[in-house]
Amino acid sequence: MLNQGRCTYVPALPRRSSTIDDLKIQLETILAALFDKQIHCKSRRDTASVMAAGGGVAVGTLLLIEEDKYGLYSNLLFKYFLAEGIVCGHDLFVASAKEHPDNILKELPAPLLDDTYRKELGDEAEVVNSEDFQDSMKIAWRYQNLPKIEASPTTYTKFGHYYDLSKKMPPELCQSVKWHSFYLHEESSFEPKMKAWNMNSGYARLLQSLQRIISQEGFDGSDPQKKQRNVLRIGIQSLGSVLWGDDVCCSDPPEDPHSLTKFLYVLRGLLRKSLSACIITVPSHLIQNKAIMERVTNLSDMVVGLESFIGSERETNPLYKDYHGLVHVHQIPRLNSLICDVSDTKDLAFRLKRKLFTIERLHLPPDLSDTVSRASKQDLAGSAKLLSSGCGAVATGNQHLDF
Amino acid sequence: MGGKGHQFYQQNPRCLRAAFRALRLPRAVPRGGNATATAPAQTKGAEAAPLAGGCGQGKFTLLRDTRTDGSFLVHHFLSFYLRAGCKVCFVALLQSFSHYSIVAQKLGVNLAAAKEQGQLVFLEGLKSCLDLLFGEEEQPGQPSPLQFLSGSSGELRALFDFVRVSLTPCAQASWKGPVLLVDDLSVLLSLGAAPVAVLDFIHYCRVSVCCQLQGNIVVLVHSSEDSEDEENELVVNSLCHHSDLILWAEGLATGFCKDVHGQIKIIKRLSLRQAAEQDQVQIYQYKIQDRNVTFFARGLSAAVL
Repeated sequence: MLNQGRCTYVPALPRRSSTIDDLKIQLETILAALFDKQIHCKSRRDTASVMAAGGGVAVGTLLLIEEDKYGLYSNLLFKYFLAEGIVCGHDLFVASAKEHPDNILKELPAPLLDDTYRKELGDEAEVVNSEDFQDSMKIAWRYQNLPKIEASPTTYTKFGHYYDLSKKMPPELCQSVKWHSFYLHEESSFEPKMKAWNMNSGYARLLQSLQRIISQEGFDGSDPQKKQRNVLRIGIQSLGSVLWGDDVCCSDPPEDPHSLTKFLYVLRGLLRKSLSACIITVPSHLIQNKAIMERVTNLSDMVVGLESFIGSERETNPLYKDYHGLVHVHQIPRLNSLICDVSDTKDLAFRLKRKLFTIERLHLPPDLSDTVSRASKQDLAGSAKLLSSGCGAVATGNQHLDF
Repeated sequence: MGGKGHQFYQQNPRCLRAAFRALRLPRAVPRGGNATATAPAQTKGAEAAPLAGGCGQGKFTLLRDTRTDGSFLVHHFLSFYLRAGCKVCFVALLQSFSHYSIVAQKLGVNLAAAKEQGQLVFLEGLKSCLDLLFGEEEQPGQPSPLQFLSGSSGELRALFDFVRVSLTPCAQASWKGPVLLVDDLSVLLSLGAAPVAVLDFIHYCRVSVCCQLQGNIVVLVHSSEDSEDEENELVVNSLCHHSDLILWAEGLATGFCKDVHGQIKIIKRLSLRQAAEQDQVQIYQYKIQDRNVTFFARGLSAAVL
């Protein structure tokens, strides 16, 4: 439906409003914010309202991110998670076999602690709205009163913080929290007890280290004297890659197909019994054995896959020109409840602006090309293929309905 | 759209009632149960009516899910059997005790109290795995049920011994038939157990629980048509052949819907007991709410009517 000059996006069906509707899910707030206490939600409404407000990683759960091809954007999410931990005053545990944790912590984005940035964004949105007000629809006037599909919300929530990717976090802020690191190549060789675990030694050492930190620092409630209970944020980078000593990414069948899944199971046990939340990035595009990825998904609470457009044909696709990649939500957890909060939209895309990384609802603009009314059969088939990637299962091939 | 049809049914409620009667949705209430617990069980049992049938003795029920999460069925069976007064051995491999406890409270059952009275024997897989790997040296008389994690053999003998010991009827308490509930079996494969070992474990449990003790077994597995996990598919297919009742929760083939969360296929394997009998298949759609699950015939969800 076109309007004079300015296109307003019209929903295909009238949508009922709900609290979860119409939100741009800012992933830095999703990953960054945490519940302050154990996840004993009294009612489903609690989880719903927090999830609606931008969500968070619930304490005691695991967020698994399937890395994009070059690991750029998943690394960004990883850093956001850690940065939010520092700003909130949580303890950190950073584990990596690729980069030294000290270097990771030096590269965290700087927080925007004043409200000027929020005001800027708010002003922008207001300007957009006032422009629209003058245009009233002449042809599609029935749709005048329906809510627009908002890619970005006008009211921002107070949950989480914003970060400036062009600046680094000041070192004094980094030093203000207690953090523990695990760099595989600097760790001592494993103890004899772990031989009986039947697990890759890198993973076993990581679990030992994690369990030691959790019990020593009292995150599992073992120290009743400790009044101030804090949350431990655990970040594990590129789990399953060759650097961890696991060949699941380079051979099919791998030598020990159960190491990764056993690790995740034991990690799940540790998370459930302590005040911690964990983010793991996995290079799933390298894992050839898809059965292992299915098992890994079953053992995680929340699984999000990132697909970047770098180097693929979608980079030049005009449909995706505003975005840098897609976000696939593979699994969301059911925590203490029969149901889980599923948002209305399943198509999400992300883009990296100069200072901000945002995740938005993927909506396709109206087709304004010259061939919109007289399309040849080849064009229609071609555009159907373009659309099928982001919008779920669509019949591919030359079969189409010619209206 | 639904506007006109909705008005029609509002003005003609008799038509609506007749339509449901024609579908003959069973209104069975779960059998058994203590006197104090039957009052709330009435309303909840009616909602879960399609699941209440087929709970005889010595039955093996397989819960299967595809493209969705079938754990609501596990919660249902747990509270169902506890309300019915059965002794339940729950092997919970994937979630913590507090998760089940909170959901069971919403369904009207107190897990902690049941555990204290001895009605519920709860094996928390996550906790026992941590105790095995990080704990002190175990006593020789009490091997951990998840022994196979640290040994070289992938046998599930220790787990079976745990089940057998916990369901053996003891002299004092007189609970109605024993029940084994497993959530979920696919995790055992992820932890290194061989598919044959898992099938052996189930076989031994069936002999012990279903045949000798005349109890029931309910097991949850995940499966998918285009799954590449061949070991899992092997286990699931084999269990399907041996089950008396299969409850198959599937996500809708047409995609995500807010009002209909999925479809459940109830397959009563009559061909297992009697030759020349055909399996009875019923299909319902369901919507999961905070405190219960509503079932309805296909295409008749409340959003459409």
